[in-house]
Amino acid sequence: MSLVIAEQVRKIYRTGETEVEALKGIDCTIEPGSFVSFVGPSGSGKTTLLNLIGCLDKPSEGTLIVNGTDIAALNRTEGASFRGEHVGFIFQDFNLLPVLTVYENIEYPLLMVQQIPAKDRPERILRLLKAVGMLEQKDKYPDQISGGQKQRVSVARALVTNPKLVLADEPTANLDHNTAYQVIELMKNMRDEFNTTFIFSTHDQKIVGEAEIIYTLEDGLLTDRQVKGGNGNG
Amino acid sequence: MGNLLKIAIRNLFRYKRRTLLTSSLITIGVVFVLVFVSITGSFKSMMIAQNTDAMLGHLQIHRKGYVASIENLPLNLNLKPKAMARLENILKEQSEIEAYSPRIKFGAMFSTFVETTNIRLNGVYPDKESAVAPLLPARVLEGEKNLKRGNIWIPELLAKGMKAKVGDSVVIVATNTDGSVNGKQFKVAGILESVTGPGGRDGYIHIEDAAEVLRMGVMEISEVAVRLKDFDQLDSFSGKLSTLLAQELNQQKKPIFELHTWEKLSPFYNIARIIDLMTLFMKLMLIAVVLVSIMNVMIMSVYERIREIGTMAAIGTPPGRILSMFLLEGLSLGIGGAILGNLAGSIIIFILNLLKISYNFGRQQGLILRADINPVDIIVLSLIVIAIAVIASLQPAFKASRMEPIKALRHV
Repeated sequence: MSLVIAEQVRKIYRTGETEVEALKGIDCTIEPGSFVSFVGPSGSGKTTLLNLIGCLDKPSEGTLIVNGTDIAALNRTEGASFRGEHVGFIFQDFNLLPVLTVYENIEYPLLMVQQIPAKDRPERILRLLKAVGMLEQKDKYPDQISGGQKQRVSVARALVTNPKLVLADEPTANLDHNTAYQVIELMKNMRDEFNTTFIFSTHDQKIVGEAEIIYTLEDGLLTDRQVKGGNGNG
Repeated sequence: MGNLLKIAIRNLFRYKRRTLLTSSLITIGVVFVLVFVSITGSFKSMMIAQNTDAMLGHLQIHRKGYVASIENLPLNLNLKPKAMARLENILKEQSEIEAYSPRIKFGAMFSTFVETTNIRLNGVYPDKESAVAPLLPARVLEGEKNLKRGNIWIPELLAKGMKAKVGDSVVIVATNTDGSVNGKQFKVAGILESVTGPGGRDGYIHIEDAAEVLRMGVMEISEVAVRLKDFDQLDSFSGKLSTLLAQELNQQKKPIFELHTWEKLSPFYNIARIIDLMTLFMKLMLIAVVLVSIMNVMIMSVYERIREIGTMAAIGTPPGRILSMFLLEGLSLGIGGAILGNLAGSIIIFILNLLKISYNFGRQQGLILRADINPVDIIVLSLIVIAIAVIASLQPAFKASRMEPIKALRHV
């Protein structure tokens, strides 16, 4: 069964009497374990679509099923619970909590969201710290590490709850080219290791090439879908 | 909860200067209230003790209608022996009573053979009076602290005005109940320090001398002053005793007795009330300080961390946990301020007591300020601060927990 099923998904933002149609009827499916990228110019609807898939927002029309759940039917608390259970997020600005160390940032979703018992947490966190190459920096605070390192921590945090889906909105926008490649490579490796579906948005054409399925969005519509080799079974 | 608290405290230390300023404000507020409460409390206790232990007793019982005419010291409203016996029977059965002292109060002429003036006198049993008003002997500035028959203690202002000294012979002339006049010679045995309050400038003689001057065939008592074992039981005991006394009826089926606590007899009760009111206002000011400062800090804190809140919400933190996190920040500020304030306040009070600051109250001079802290005051004050801190954090915390993650993440 597809992990994400979108049927005629529309999203309309209303500001006073002004209506802006950010998504104009999106149809797509994304299979488990894929490495998918949404590309398109600014304002094309990439972030809006990622927000909908991540259950951060609800479609104005159409059906969006994520991991078998119609996200339009979830209330605020159910939405939070759904995200905590099934979705990991990687943000453009890393969004690590500044008062927590690297280790504690990764621990946060286990502790505050899934409430995993203390004895079960260290193994999972240390494994991810090792996988993202941040074991030695585990006691540092976010302001003591570089942007690339922050994004590695962000990747680990997104994966620590074993989500079905990781969403990354412009994950490399604030990184230099080499670091951006390293982060995308890391995401791919994580996909291979944990069989997690990664969906990211970008407008960097060089990074786009790393995706196995590339959806192109223009003016709120999916205009193209390219499938490359690898695990791109979508 | 422990982890939430850890994060809350780290967030407070993240904005060190702001946290320091806010907790200082709370600390200063708590210190002010604590020191104010302890000093005024000490002053109030001293004032009450001066009134009750030097003159009034904790409560007084009179014949019905006496207090309304107390300025005239009416002899026709004294308690007759039969009524007094009924009253004593009741008083003796009350385990809460430490002592009681019957008094004959009357107005008289005081003559030094050179000059004459008016005097208000209390005829008392010295031992019973000392038990009810233990500070009375201490008021004897000169002369004997034991009042014997034939002796008189006169107030110091009268002694000065009349140039009367210890050992002088004086004459007391009083009008009796039947309108006749009688006189008796006394020896000035003591000069009494004047104290502020009702009866603070009265003279004292032995009760049997009073009965003799007033030509009483049988002892008639103007008032019975009562001292309780526990002053804090005053309200409950006076209620109980009033009920008992109300059952004692005269031939017209009307109550014989009336009971008044010191509060009803002394104008200082109003000062005590004013002190309580001032304390209440100080506490209200503290509440306002805590409320405004914590609310301000928490609103700023939420505003500055909108993206963080968005991140927490996006990764699935339940709204209730975000609410708790911010409430715990306010709570921690409140607890920190309360602890520091109580600590600093206690140290200041300790130092004040070490300094032995003296002050004057009415004609009483050189009273030493003894600031006491009641543990209940500390607990109540701390609870007020902590509760207000949580209340002040509620709105910002609620706002944080209700934030749409998508909007919060977009916030710049």
